[in-house]
Amino acid sequence: MTDREDIIVVESLHKYFGDVQAVKNVNFTIRRGEVVVIVGPSGSGKSTVLRCLNHLEVPTHGAVYIDGVHLEDKKTNINAVRAEVGMVFQQFNLFNHLSVIDNVMIAQRLVRKRSKEEARSIAMQQLERVGIPEKADAYPRQLSGGQQQRVAIARSLAMEPKIMLFDEPTSALDPEMIKEVLDVMLDLAKAGMTMVVVTHEMGFGRSAADRVIFMDDGQIIEIAPPDQLYANPQHARTKLFLSKILKH
Amino acid sequence: MTGPELQLQTETDWRSAWQEFPYWLIAIIGFLVLVAILIFVNPEYRQAFDFIVPGIALTARITFFGFAIAMVIGLMAGLGRVSRNTIIRNTAITYIEFIRGVPTLVLILTVSFTVVPAASNLFGFENSSVPPEARGIISLAIIYGAFMAEIFRAGIESIPSGQMEAARSLGMTYTQAMWRIILPQAVRNVSPALGNDFIAMLKDSSLLSVLAIREITQRSRLYAGSTFRFDEAYLVLTFLYLSMTIGLSLLLRWYERRLGKDGR
Ligand SMILES: Nc1ncnc2c1ncn2[C@@H]1O[C@H](COP(=O)(O)OP(=O)(O)OP(=O)(O)O)[C@@H](O)[C@H]1O
Ligand SMILES: [Mg+2]
Repeated sequence: MTDREDIIVVESLHKYFGDVQAVKNVNFTIRRGEVVVIVGPSGSGKSTVLRCLNHLEVPTHGAVYIDGVHLEDKKTNINAVRAEVGMVFQQFNLFNHLSVIDNVMIAQRLVRKRSKEEARSIAMQQLERVGIPEKADAYPRQLSGGQQQRVAIARSLAMEPKIMLFDEPTSALDPEMIKEVLDVMLDLAKAGMTMVVVTHEMGFGRSAADRVIFMDDGQIIEIAPPDQLYANPQHARTKLFLSKILKH
Repeated sequence: MTGPELQLQTETDWRSAWQEFPYWLIAIIGFLVLVAILIFVNPEYRQAFDFIVPGIALTARITFFGFAIAMVIGLMAGLGRVSRNTIIRNTAITYIEFIRGVPTLVLILTVSFTVVPAASNLFGFENSSVPPEARGIISLAIIYGAFMAEIFRAGIESIPSGQMEAARSLGMTYTQAMWRIILPQAVRNVSPALGNDFIAMLKDSSLLSVLAIREITQRSRLYAGSTFRFDEAYLVLTFLYLSMTIGLSLLLRWYERRLGKDGR
């Protein structure tokens, strides 16, 4: 039903929380290696859409296909799909009782069933990639926010996922730490990772995104390449939103 | 910092040190020392002490095994309590609310003389072959399991949902995430509460004297009954419980402080 190049397919996605309709008829397709940024006002449904992509939220109607696998199908092994889809959260969500290296190793051991030695060596590679191998034995509470977020990225990358989802990865960070996290994400984009990123960092959008999705009130209002959407939006709501976030 | 401010600071420190000093502990230790002296110099106290003390092994055994089994029951019921499966959750709630609604002493009698015989029948062994000590341990474990289930539930609910989401989004199953990510943090958070339950259980083991188990309370009753030396029997008994519970609760305070220093 889909082109092999379409790694993410979302078809008429609806999501209700009780009476609140968080997502209204959202459709899009993302190709392998593409970087897509989602922007939109608070409460517009960005996180909900993103969380439907790894079944953390279960859609009320509609379908999500990840690399051809239908997530809402009862027979789908959702854990196997999630192993292929990394997710990075606004609040980092590192495992507080585990050291950095154990944070990066635990899912490799439990889900990928890798040996201790293999998991450790992959974990070290990923920690080097995000630039903090020296913190391997530290605990999350001993790290700055930027360092914690880089560990969280390494934790996902160690699973060798096909797709990476980011939900406002820099919103909880002090300004001086935003760059270190964005740099890691830019490298990842250059390396050809398929990425869906909810972020209002236009610098990242401009240099990394292939397309930007603007959402408002649970709907997709506009999808366009970054220079077009940021500089020359077609819809009034997009213009209004951009003028607001540009003010500060 | 300027001079007067500094002085004010030291003065309040000094005063608060004066106010915060644990006089209560001195008073309790004073009481314990007094009874200890009595036991040492007074042959009648000495005799009561010598008669009662061998029961400590039994009191300790009941408390340890009862606590260990209660931990297992409590963990299972606590996990059941947070389960999304309606049947499992309601089974857990039924157990917890049932136990919490009946007095401890009544439960001990019911479990020992009704539940254990019924279970023996069911599993096909002789009811009389279950020793009173085992009945006592089973009773306490079933009772405390319900209280500990609520502690575990609170512990699990104290862990931010982001921990479960991060674990699940890496592909871990619910069970893996629960045992490897949530529970280790939850148990650490509630370990002081579990410690308190251990102390409470040590005290409640005295209720098992109704089963004629010869732990220290039963031994004191036997001693008082046969010698009519009530002061000696019950002061020594009080002394024994208080030394154990105060010792344990000081240990627990120290552990809690260490836990607090480590951060979380
Ligand atoms: N678990 C939930 N229970 C109830 N309502 C929810 C839940 N999650 C989201 N919502 C509601 O759904 C709508 C969309 O929320 P969502 O978090 O997807 O928005 P968002 O675009 O990510 O916003 P933000 O920029 O604030 O993160 C909001 O009205 C929100 O209140
Ligand atoms: Mg959001």
